[in-house]
Amino acid sequence: MGRAKLPRKSTNIDMTAMCDVAFLLLSFFILTTKFKPAEAIAVTTPNSVAAKVAPQKDYIMVILDKDGKVFLEMDDKGKKETIANSLNATRSLNLNVQAFKNALFVGAPLGSMASFLAIPEENRKGDKLPGIPVLDSANNELVIWLRAVKDAYLGLKEPAFLLKGDNMAKYPSFKSIIDAFKKNDILKFQMITNPEAAPLGTDLWKMNQTGEKRAE
Amino acid sequence: MAEMDTSGGGGHKKGPGVKKGKKLSTRVDLTPMVDLGFLLITFFIFTTTMSQPTAMKLFLPQDVDKPEDQNKAKESGVITILLGKDNNVFYYEGQLTPNASNFKSSSFKEIRTVLIDKKRNTPEQDLVVILKPSSQCTYKNVIDILDEMAINVLKRYALVDISNVEESLVKLSEGSAAPAK
Repeated sequence: MGRAKLPRKSTNIDMTAMCDVAFLLLSFFILTTKFKPAEAIAVTTPNSVAAKVAPQKDYIMVILDKDGKVFLEMDDKGKKETIANSLNATRSLNLNVQAFKNALFVGAPLGSMASFLAIPEENRKGDKLPGIPVLDSANNELVIWLRAVKDAYLGLKEPAFLLKGDNMAKYPSFKSIIDAFKKNDILKFQMITNPEAAPLGTDLWKMNQTGEKRAE
Repeated sequence: MAEMDTSGGGGHKKGPGVKKGKKLSTRVDLTPMVDLGFLLITFFIFTTTMSQPTAMKLFLPQDVDKPEDQNKAKESGVITILLGKDNNVFYYEGQLTPNASNFKSSSFKEIRTVLIDKKRNTPEQDLVVILKPSSQCTYKNVIDILDEMAINVLKRYALVDISNVEESLVKLSEGSAAPAK
C-alpha cells in the first residue's frame, strides 16, 4: 500500500495585489464623486423619456413642491441684484440686496420678502416657507417675479426656463405657473425629470434603434 | 491573508548581557484593512451621481382670440384625453356627444394602445391629441401623458383647459366607476 503522500502546500494567498486594486477603485470613486448640495426644498421629479440633459448654468428655475408651494431659483448673482434693485424701486420693498443676492432661492409673498431674507440660511427649508402665491389668478405673484427676470435679461441671451415639479403637486398650481409664463411671453420652457429608457416596441424605441434624431 | 514581514533581517548580534526572550511573530493580518477599503468603495459607489437629470421641453401656443387664427382640426382626427384624480384617464374621439356616449375610461397603461390604434387609423396630418387635465390630477399625471406623446411620436398635441361639462363628467365617472386596475 503506497503511502498517499500529498505534498502539503501552503494555503496562504498573498492578498497584497487585491488590496492594491481595492484602493485604486476607491481613489477612482473619491475623485469622481460630486456631492450634490443638500436641497432645501425636497422635490421628487417624475420620470420621462426625454433625452436632453438639463442645463446647469444660465437658468431660471421654478420649483413646485408637493404641497403646491412655488419657489424661484436663479444662478446668476448679477441679475439677482438687478432684480432686487428694480423690486425695491417699483414696489418700495426695502429688500436687503446683499441677502437677496446670496439667497439660494426665494419663496415668499412680496409683502413678507423682507422677513424671508431675515431668516438665516440654514432655517430656510421648503416645508416651513410659505412659497410664492400663485393660485389666485388675480394675484399671481409669479407674473411679477418673471417680469422682473425678463427685464433683467433684456437684450441679453435668454436664459433657460426650467420647471422642477414634484410628482404629487396638483394641476391647478402647475396651470398657474404656465399662466405666469404665458403672461410674460415665455412660450418655451423645460421640465426637469429623471431619465428613463424608451419602452420596448414603441415608435420612439424604433426611432432610437434606427438612429433617427428625435425632434426635441 | 496578506502578510507583511516586518521582522527585519535576522542575525543581529546579541548585545552584551541582553537577554532576548523568545522571538515574537511580526506577521500583520491585513484583513480588516481590506474590509475597510471595500466599505469605503461601496459608500462612494452609492453616492456618485452617474445620471444627470434630463429636461423635457414644452412649447406653449400663443393665446389667439380671433377664431380664424386658431388651428383648425378635423373632427375625425381628434382624440381628447382627460386626466382625473387617482391616476384615472378618460378619453373620447371627435366631439363630445350630448349624452356622452363616446366618453370612455382607461388607464395609463391602456392609453398607449388606444393612441397606437388611433395613430394607425388616422392620416398623419389630421391627427391631433388634446390633453385636458382636471383640477384633481397630479403633476406626475401630466408629465406621464406628455411622455406618452413623446413615446408614440405624436407631434401635434395641445394642453388645454378643461371645460365645466367635462370636469363634471370626469367627477361623475370617477364616483361610479370601479376602482382603477
